[in-house]
Amino acid sequence: MKPPPFSYHRPDSVDEALGLLATLDDPKILAGGQSLMPMMNFRYVMPANLIDINRIDDLSRTENGGETLRIGAMVRQRDLEFSDLVKARCPLLHAALLNVGHVQTRNRGTIGGSLSHLDPAAELPAALMALDATLHVGSKRGTRDVAITDWSMGYMTPNLEMDEMLTAITIPLWPAGHGAGFVEFARRHGDFAMAGTAAMLALSPSGTIERVALAVTGVDIGPVRLHDAEAMLAGQTPSEALFADAAQTAGAVPGLDDVHASKAYRRKLAIVMTKRALAQALAQAQGGGDD
Amino acid sequence: MTDRMTISLTVNGDAVSREVSVRMTLADFLRHELGLTGTHLGCEHGVCGACTILMNGRTARSCLTLAVQADGQSIDTVEGMADGDDLSPLQQAFIDQHGLQCGFCTPGMLATITELLNTNPDPTEHEVREWLSGNACRCTGYQGIVDAALAAAKTLQGKVP
Ligand SMILES: Cc1cc2nc3c(=O)[nH]c(=O)nc-3n(C[C@@H](O)[C@H](O)[C@H](O)COP(=O)(O)OP(=O)(O)OC[C@H]3O[C@@H](n4cnc5c(N)ncnc54)[C@H](O)[C@@H]3O)c2cc1C
Ligand code: FES
Ligand code: FES
Repeated sequence: MKPPPFSYHRPDSVDEALGLLATLDDPKILAGGQSLMPMMNFRYVMPANLIDINRIDDLSRTENGGETLRIGAMVRQRDLEFSDLVKARCPLLHAALLNVGHVQTRNRGTIGGSLSHLDPAAELPAALMALDATLHVGSKRGTRDVAITDWSMGYMTPNLEMDEMLTAITIPLWPAGHGAGFVEFARRHGDFAMAGTAAMLALSPSGTIERVALAVTGVDIGPVRLHDAEAMLAGQTPSEALFADAAQTAGAVPGLDDVHASKAYRRKLAIVMTKRALAQALAQAQGGGDD
Repeated sequence: MTDRMTISLTVNGDAVSREVSVRMTLADFLRHELGLTGTHLGCEHGVCGACTILMNGRTARSCLTLAVQADGQSIDTVEGMADGDDLSPLQQAFIDQHGLQCGFCTPGMLATITELLNTNPDPTEHEVREWLSGNACRCTGYQGIVDAALAAAKTLQGKVP
């Protein structure tokens, strides 16, 4: 249960880190270490070179762009949780963060690490999918932007080449007054979700649903956007019956079978979680909103 | 390109400098290099919380942190909590409220509750339980630990003797 031997590198800048990624044999980035270190201790992962990005200040900034929020890959989950900006302008991200592991793991774990590790049950990728986030990727060859919908390439496989790293995430912000809901089911608080739903809802002045976004986590190999449910909800007057109907579509997400839960069980949970997340988002949109 | 590195850090208020293997975890550094065996290792993959220490005032798993990552940082462990023979109010509350039996989980519990009370001096029972979700105890059934956290909160706020 100790990590196998590796060479350790501690770059001070993004450029230096990208240079190391491009030239070193079998490199691996170390961010918060809350997923990588367990995998190294178990010897599932044995990188020859570890590139520790914890001292790169440029990766640890959160920038308010007015209508967008740009979050550096190395921003720690707990710092985001405490961010007044996130709480006020992006309540979905705040709500999702509270479900990520425990205080002790959030103190170290980063937003970029969660996206790059891409656990099927991770909360942040689903929240960012409901938010239509864009991921900024860098390498010595240049930079590229990846839409969150194109990020998961398969089981725990992000859209990253060996010489690339995630540098930041941009979230387009919804107007003030929208509602957000994040609900998940796990055996204990802090465990990975067996199913969870992120919901975003904005109402028109007459009270109909002007805009809606839904994504589930923990059910399939990556986060899944619920387009069918969104289409059923758009333009309608919110009601319990409508939410129940729309949530049924979450039962059609291709499910994972594993030791934690069966596919059928996960799908059932996804329906219930979606209903609850919608109700939470509606309550916030109808005036629970304190911003 | 190195597999050994010299690190300088503060541990329980004292400056420490050592050359270490880069693959050494902070937990092993504290235990084997400094002889601070109060920090316990249960699972070595982040789930049990026995190895929880404070890094710059925030809890962290010392089994998931490399010693080299603690370079330049300030670490606090259970050994730094008492003032000589005088236990800290939190440690005393663990004794008074039967917050420990075998004591294996206790150093991690103390670290977690230290951060809790520093950020939230008057937590509810629910908040205490939520914070403790990252620390496993196989003996007490948690009730005594929750009671100890709540009692220490009162003592620290001067509400009870
Ligand atoms: C007890 C426990 C409970 C947990 N519970 C949850 C939970 O409920 N939900 C949840 O989502 N997570 C949970 N986690 C994992 C979470 O804590 C991690 O923070 C997260 O999965 C990885 O982030 P990190 O910063 O720690 O990354 P690391 O562990 O450092 O890295 C993870 C992977 O991403 C790569 N990587 C990291 N940063 C970058 C980057 N910028 N560019 C390219 N690649 C990069 C690394 O090379 C590695 O492959 C839990 C962990 C523990 C120990
Ligand atoms: S030994 Fe570190 S969490 Fe179990
Ligand atoms: S007192 Fe024995 S594990 Fe907690």
